Amino acid sequence: MSLELDSPRTVEVSQRGLTARQAIADRVFRIGLVAATLTFVILIAGLFAELVHGSWESLVAFGPKFLWSSEWNPVTNHFGALPFIYGTVVSSAIAILVAGVVGIAAAVFLAEFAPPAVARPISFFIELLAAVPSVVFGLWGLFVLAPFLGSTVDPFIQRYLGFLPMFSGGIYGIGLLTAGLLLALMIVPTVAAIARDLIQAVPNELREASISLGATRWETVVHVVLPSARAGIVGACVLALGRALGETIAATMVIGNRPAISASLFAPSYTLSSVIANEFTEATSSLYLSALLELGLILFVISFIVNGCARILMWSMLRSQGRRP
Amino acid sequence: MQPAVVAAKDTVPDLVEIALSAQAVSAWYGSKLAIRDINLDFIRNSITALMGPSGCGKTTFLRCLNRIHESALDARTAGKVLLAGTNIYDADVNPVVTRRRIGMVFQRPNPFPTMSILENVTSGPRYTGMTNEPRELADLAEEALRRAALFDEVKDKLRDPALSLSGGQQQRLCIARALAVKPEVLLMDEPTSALDPLSTLKIEELMEHLAADFTVVIVTHNLQQAARVSHFTAFMLGDADRVGSVVEFAPTGEIFTHPKDSRTEDYITGRFG
Amino acid sequence: MIADSRLAPRRRLGGTAGILLTGFCSALAAGLLIVILGYVAIQGWGAINPAFVTQLPHPVGVPDGGVGNGIVGTIIIVAIAAVIAVPIGVLTGLYLAVYGRGLSAELIRFLAEVLSGVPSIAIGLFAYTICVKPFAHFSAFSASFAFAVLMLPLMIRTSEEAIRGVPTSIREGALALGLPDYGGVVHVVLPAARPLIVTGLLLAIARVTGETAPLLFTAFGSQFWELNPANPMAVLALQIFTYAISPYDDWHRQAWGGALLLILAVLVLNVGARLALGRHGKKS
Repeated sequence: MSLELDSPRTVEVSQRGLTARQAIADRVFRIGLVAATLTFVILIAGLFAELVHGSWESLVAFGPKFLWSSEWNPVTNHFGALPFIYGTVVSSAIAILVAGVVGIAAAVFLAEFAPPAVARPISFFIELLAAVPSVVFGLWGLFVLAPFLGSTVDPFIQRYLGFLPMFSGGIYGIGLLTAGLLLALMIVPTVAAIARDLIQAVPNELREASISLGATRWETVVHVVLPSARAGIVGACVLALGRALGETIAATMVIGNRPAISASLFAPSYTLSSVIANEFTEATSSLYLSALLELGLILFVISFIVNGCARILMWSMLRSQGRRP
Repeated sequence: MQPAVVAAKDTVPDLVEIALSAQAVSAWYGSKLAIRDINLDFIRNSITALMGPSGCGKTTFLRCLNRIHESALDARTAGKVLLAGTNIYDADVNPVVTRRRIGMVFQRPNPFPTMSILENVTSGPRYTGMTNEPRELADLAEEALRRAALFDEVKDKLRDPALSLSGGQQQRLCIARALAVKPEVLLMDEPTSALDPLSTLKIEELMEHLAADFTVVIVTHNLQQAARVSHFTAFMLGDADRVGSVVEFAPTGEIFTHPKDSRTEDYITGRFG
Repeated sequence: MIADSRLAPRRRLGGTAGILLTGFCSALAAGLLIVILGYVAIQGWGAINPAFVTQLPHPVGVPDGGVGNGIVGTIIIVAIAAVIAVPIGVLTGLYLAVYGRGLSAELIRFLAEVLSGVPSIAIGLFAYTICVKPFAHFSAFSASFAFAVLMLPLMIRTSEEAIRGVPTSIREGALALGLPDYGGVVHVVLPAARPLIVTGLLLAIARVTGETAPLLFTAFGSQFWELNPANPMAVLALQIFTYAISPYDDWHRQAWGGALLLILAVLVLNVGARLALGRHGKKS
């Protein structure tokens, strides 16, 4: 089909192309997006590289033995991370045990049983709890929780369970158990809020199928809902564990800050992050500084692995239900 | 199938000049072919209706005419679309500039939610670099709003949020917004399907005037609408199993009175599935 | 004979006990907030007076004295952090929302998620090694840098979600007018996404306002009115920490006062962000 081409009108209009300024603006815009994204990626790479670079002296001096040596002596320049790893792992383990049970239970109640009028304010409070600054938790832990545990709860436990090594020894109020419980309070909101969302994401057909088989709502939750949200809930707990592992200020304020490994949960201890917080500005030798940076590197690697696993677990659950995370 | 442009009846403008020509246009979503080998010519200052059941690919075809189809994920097009003789799919043709020459109105009114009525109408001229001159913008806006038969209703509240308008007014605002860029062709994708009968009537009325200055292509699944507003009608068929294609193309009067294809007849007389 | 239609007592009891137990745990978690808030309010109220929020810290034993410089320092450091984090965060979110298909985008999302779980103290060390060590002295700017890195994951995620939330029809409307990519994004998409992005920003600010650990070796603290970001600066959260672990009763009192101020600021930011979100949700 042939037709005449250049009507006067089209000539006029086709000159109205992208002006040079628009073309430049469009280009700058695209470059800006890519540049911002690259900046972000470079920041993360830089974070890792700087920690490795800073701890190089210590990495060379102590090698892998750093991880299982328990001597931490700035005077003789001998550094080992074991007491801090121990304190970090034990306090976080206490935290996730307590917060896991309480948080998942709260999530079940909020998602399955509570009427909206009850669930909404409770959810709101729990989410605000997550916003309380850790230094405020630390302050409260130091002046309220620690004295309370030290004067009331710990002696009570010791009276009946004192034959166990974990409940033996002197009671100071501050120590591993106090730190673990305080960390538990801090991570309960993480477990509860994420687990609640994941439980709500379980398709309703599953619940209806179970109810129609004659199961009670409680049995439905225990045998059908929770198992199908299991991967995600485990992910939420691992994520919360990551928070506990890296929490610094609150732990520093109530754990006692003594680099010793003791079987007793009442004993003072030390975590990776709190030793950095306490000693970094006082580190005199470059090897000392480097050793502290290596503790930071360990913390970074652990949290990277733990968080990565948590995300993969939660994604796998949502993916398996055909949703976008 | 190469449709012959049938000699003009009384509804067809005197001067027959082709404004837009689709040649062997096919489109895919991912690996799924949605329309195949469509050839259609659109005559300047006429209204052409693309008619057919849901899923026949009429909207997809329309979206190929201003290269907006390719903005969707995995969407792909083949073939040529000649705008005044130039293929808009040529490598050196900028799709952004093409879209200024071929305006579009969507199925649901989509005024920019954060802008006022006036800002919506002038958004095209301002952000495509046509002009930033307040006087000129005001003139452009008034002209566009008048053409869209909206000016009298909104002239006292041009600074109000666009979302404060009713659905029908919002759709006419979107028409005005498209006209303010002074396109040559106006594509309308079922522009009244989300509107009440009264608003529909208003838009159908204003379309008659639009043909004086623009070439209009309208997608509709409403037979009466096609019969009322268009000079030409293309009947398309296609569904989940069959790739969409044009069955018949003719002046509207003809297609509704003497359809050549039995499938067209079935559809028009309501015998279709 | 029809079977007994009542539930076996054990099954009924189990269900009731389970619901009670889970309800108790919810109340416990929510109650904790009230206990902590209440305690901070009671202890902190007495410490707060005009002098406390306007004056410099005084040495132990000298009456009055306050955290005025810490409040100003917090605002300065957080503001600079926001100025750094907002463009990078919003543009990265925009990139993910508009061009974010395929493996590299998934990787960036994954990195953002993981970064949000990296301990703040490790990020503080990073800020120390690149913003403090080369210049051989502590600075407020290094704290802002650490805070900006802490804010980024949240900014990226909320920006991406906000931009994805803008309906396709609105985006296509801009496209159909012949707006270039940046024009559509800048004039149409970003304004529509703005309320949600602001909510994300408020939450990110709330998150870093209470952050203490990275400050220890970045902002470091100061006894003076310090307004120059190149120098060490007092920060409220850091003052609370220092006062709390000191042996002096008067400082403990000030720590509670500071904690009350900090918690109020953080809660106001959080509640404000949620309200903004709620209004937006209702409107659309």
